[in-house]
Amino acid sequence: MQLNDEERAMQRGDRGAAVKEAIDFQIAVGSFFGARRFVPISNAHMMGDIEVMGDAGLSRLKQMADAGTHCAVGITTNARCIDFAWVKRLEQVEDEVEKERQIIAHLRQMNVITADTCINYQTLYQPHLGEHVAWGDTGTVIYANSVFGARTNFEGGPSALASAITGRTPEYGFHLDAVRRGNFTVELDVDPTDLADWGAIGRLVGEPHQSYYAVPVFSGPGGTPLQRSPTSDELKHLGASLASYGSHAMFHMVGVTPEALSVEAALGGNTPTDRMRITRADIDRMYASYDVKDGRCNLVVFSAPQLSLFELKRISELLDGRKVATGSKLFVTTSNAMKRSATELGYIGRIEAAGGIVLEGVCFYILQDLTPMKQRMGWTSLVTNSAKLVNTITAHRFNTILRRTEDCIETALTGDVK
Amino acid sequence: MTGTHAPLLTIAVYRAAGPVVEGEAVMSTEGFSPRYDLDRWTGVISKPGHRLEGISIRDKILFFPTAKGGIAAGWAFHDIKGKGIAPKAFVFGVTNPVMVQGAIFADIAITEGWSPDPLSVLQSGDWVRVDPPRRVIELLRRAPAR
Repeated sequence: MQLNDEERAMQRGDRGAAVKEAIDFQIAVGSFFGARRFVPISNAHMMGDIEVMGDAGLSRLKQMADAGTHCAVGITTNARCIDFAWVKRLEQVEDEVEKERQIIAHLRQMNVITADTCINYQTLYQPHLGEHVAWGDTGTVIYANSVFGARTNFEGGPSALASAITGRTPEYGFHLDAVRRGNFTVELDVDPTDLADWGAIGRLVGEPHQSYYAVPVFSGPGGTPLQRSPTSDELKHLGASLASYGSHAMFHMVGVTPEALSVEAALGGNTPTDRMRITRADIDRMYASYDVKDGRCNLVVFSAPQLSLFELKRISELLDGRKVATGSKLFVTTSNAMKRSATELGYIGRIEAAGGIVLEGVCFYILQDLTPMKQRMGWTSLVTNSAKLVNTITAHRFNTILRRTEDCIETALTGDVK
Repeated sequence: MTGTHAPLLTIAVYRAAGPVVEGEAVMSTEGFSPRYDLDRWTGVISKPGHRLEGISIRDKILFFPTAKGGIAAGWAFHDIKGKGIAPKAFVFGVTNPVMVQGAIFADIAITEGWSPDPLSVLQSGDWVRVDPPRRVIELLRRAPAR
């Protein structure tokens, strides 16, 4: 990689050992991908919690903090694995909880804002067209690239942190024009009416095109704009699902995303490798494909990504004056900030009065001690409106079932899944 | 004992990083995510229905056509190495940056792109060497006949 004077100084160790370690790591990654140079970034977003880092990661983070490592650009944290108010009720292991506290302390010491949210793009930071950032998780990345026209690769925790320390990232992947061009088309001959419909579309498109470099171009029939302009939450669920099933980092949507004034503009000269068309029947077939076993389910989850204020409002309205079935659990996860606002507005009170559990700063599938929790609670099937959650939680051996939001609520109230 | 023999077969890889390693090949026709597919406390592929369900990845050379997801690998590869259940190498047809970032952070060998397709010439149980500096994977001996 070509380095400028500042980067060479970092590499020599003139800016300290922590900066040298960060840029050496970035050079190794950049060299793998053939990056020619670094680009400056203005914001970073990192995953860092004990569930994914383990003792080895905690130890590494402590070394970095003790060495005086300091982030040079604004950096926030993704959802974590523990809501401290719920540790005892969820019977999470106290040792791990203490380690999570240590991680938070080390990150703050390094100038990281521990905001604990995977919807930073809705609540914290909205990068502009062409702005280079270094973000993870994947849902944040695909939203940044697609909806804002900002530029980022999938950045794992150590990599996002290194970017914040050096203030730059290697220029490869979605920082480059050529990689951002669409390479297959998807005509939506359907008006999706629920967040789960959008997630289902993400699975239909992502699963058969599993590649980081696959970039779908969505349009209505014949390349026209969609019948209805989607909301931020709808794009969030589409993107999170594409990123999860397809490992995609970007999509275009004609008339919606800034690099897609037309199908041709979004393709940028590429010949589509595939032309898909999705109808209501395709989505309904997907709902029908989930195995409901004996038709009973005692776990309903709204999470992945964390819920926006609009989603919290809707869930609270659907639950208003009703009760979650005896023996069933309904979980909702959101960010600390959204929970504060939703509490003020009475939404959280309504959800809790119905027996729902609202966790803050976490995402369900990364909860610490989830497998023992599952066994203790007698959970087998999980019903959710999040296509991403259906995919991400599978290592914990749940039987996952995607359903529309109102159907999820019915399952929570009755214990039945149809 | 195998290191001095000429390889039986050589596969070129397009991109590579990490140390030279030898080990038992595990071939998968399904992609991989440490978050979705792996029990990160035992090192066993735990996703119900995954083509490698029930198989331990410890000390193996893992061949996957694609990467699934996911940001988790950034820390998770370092974590499983700390727990002593990491594979020796990841060999991907197409990967994503987090797999590469995670493998480099954990000092685990990783490669992307291949010719010929390993699935057409190797089988699980074959003993192979992954040589990132030379960008090759070499078959050193065939799996014992079953």
